[in-house]
Amino acid sequence: MSEDVVLQVKRVNKSFGGVKAVDNVSFDAFKGEILGIIGPNGSGKTTLVNLITGFVKADSGMVFAEGKKLTGLGPDKIAGLGIVRTFQIPRPYHSLSVVKNLVVPLYSSRIMHTIGGKLGDRDTVALDILEEIGFERDAHVPYKLASAFSEGYLKRLELARCLALRPYIIIMDELFSGLSVSEIAAIIPMVERLQMNGITIIMVEHRVRELFQIAHRVMVMNFGEKIAEDIPKKIIESEIVKQAYLGVT
Amino acid sequence: MDEKIGRRERLDRGIKVRTEGIYAISSWRGIAYSLFPTFSFVLGMLIIPLVVPSMTWQRIMTIACIFALLALSFDFLAHFVGIVCLGGAFFTGVGGYISGVLNSAFGLPMVITIPIATIAGGAICTLFLLPCLPIRGIYFAIVSLMYPLLFARVIQALELFGGTDGLPGLATFPNIWVELYFIIPMTLILTFGLRRLVNEDFGIVLRAIKDNDQAVRASNINIAWYKTKAVFIASAIGCFAGACLAHLYGWVGLSLFALDFSIFPIAATVVGGVGTLVGPIIGAFILAPLSEMLRAFGPLRVVFYSLILAGLVVFKTEGLVPFLQRKYHQFERWTEI
Repeated sequence: MSEDVVLQVKRVNKSFGGVKAVDNVSFDAFKGEILGIIGPNGSGKTTLVNLITGFVKADSGMVFAEGKKLTGLGPDKIAGLGIVRTFQIPRPYHSLSVVKNLVVPLYSSRIMHTIGGKLGDRDTVALDILEEIGFERDAHVPYKLASAFSEGYLKRLELARCLALRPYIIIMDELFSGLSVSEIAAIIPMVERLQMNGITIIMVEHRVRELFQIAHRVMVMNFGEKIAEDIPKKIIESEIVKQAYLGVT
Repeated sequence: MDEKIGRRERLDRGIKVRTEGIYAISSWRGIAYSLFPTFSFVLGMLIIPLVVPSMTWQRIMTIACIFALLALSFDFLAHFVGIVCLGGAFFTGVGGYISGVLNSAFGLPMVITIPIATIAGGAICTLFLLPCLPIRGIYFAIVSLMYPLLFARVIQALELFGGTDGLPGLATFPNIWVELYFIIPMTLILTFGLRRLVNEDFGIVLRAIKDNDQAVRASNINIAWYKTKAVFIASAIGCFAGACLAHLYGWVGLSLFALDFSIFPIAATVVGGVGTLVGPIIGAFILAPLSEMLRAFGPLRVVFYSLILAGLVVFKTEGLVPFLQRKYHQFERWTEI
């Protein structure tokens, strides 16, 4: 099944001063799966995301996507290859309307030179994506400033920004955090639909219960190290994971 | 009950009530309401030279225009790209000297030197500012403020381009009317051109960089390249102003690098309204004549000038244009029910 591996992370390391944020972590992600990454606070999950997407440079180790080396490329280049991420704290463009928020990724070189960018007006394409992600089309909503929206909508906007880039890997950094149960219930079908379209999804999460409903495999981190990787059912039963979360010895 | 019942209604009700930000224009009245501010601004700018009393005042208006262009360039970079650039003096100096050298050494006419100074000056300024593009906020401002000092000292020390004497005897505009009706329409074109640009997709990307550059990078956009383009646009406008200034005076010298060109545009932008593009123009046309009028006070001029500026900033922090915009939308009329 090695030809189905879309993302390979090989022994990456990153220290901030004396703290080993990510310590020798390796894993593979397969085409069309949902891979969950969990771990207690400060276990290096977000740093791992930053390492893969180029926001932080690794001290050592390599990342490959479909055979191409990502290590050493800048975040904009990596996004251009189709590996995109959401941010844990949404980063909308507050002074722009929601539609114009999506014009930015549609103006990127990855999309501008594909058919998608030329299919007509960028605003129209942006409206289509917004509708897909749950913004009402025939209303004022897409024309309101991003600063007027609640956390739930901003998380969707993060997802929409990723979709606009037509990625094959989406890394979601705590998509569910800060959302109510009903908001999560509304987003889960969207994530599943993306996965069924063949997009590989890596979800870094704190909301373990919701994650385990949809993840195919789960990887557990603690103190920067990978301590387990298995199907959700076995992770729940695993002793080592209980220790990491509850501090039981 | 003869008394008629009425209610107050905002003038823009018919337009605004449908959507926010998108105007559905259905009547002549609606069109007139939407176009009136722009129309009156353009008309006002064009008739200024005709209504001012004397030749001196006409000259002050051209200088106001130069400052307006610099303020426009400052506002564009500060509010739409998020780069605080105090390089006004740098731009006027580089633009003025390029234009001056081309005119005095090679005898090229003004119609050639001004465009060359605009494009080449913009390129040179961008090149010098390029290394500091990754740094943000006050640091970029300091570097851009340092360049004019550096250039002035280099010219002075190495006796380049006439050294402290400068280059006198440059070509000038045939008369004051040509001056005014060249610079004022150019200012208008650049203002509305920029306003158009910041609402195009390219401008949207620039504004996004101002709001959150990391998210823009995550969207496969090379922010350094877009910032470079934006700095080029702003410095080309500044260099155009500098080149015009050189030909207005018929002389270039170290005073083109004077810090006034960096500081005054900021004052004009604050008075006119940050982020409106039209505001800085109006601000410059208020402050430049004001500064002249206060000459009567002699040495106390700066005191009164500072007091007026401080008053405007404290009591009308938002700036004149946003204030007028708000009031304009609050006009009401009585309608009978």
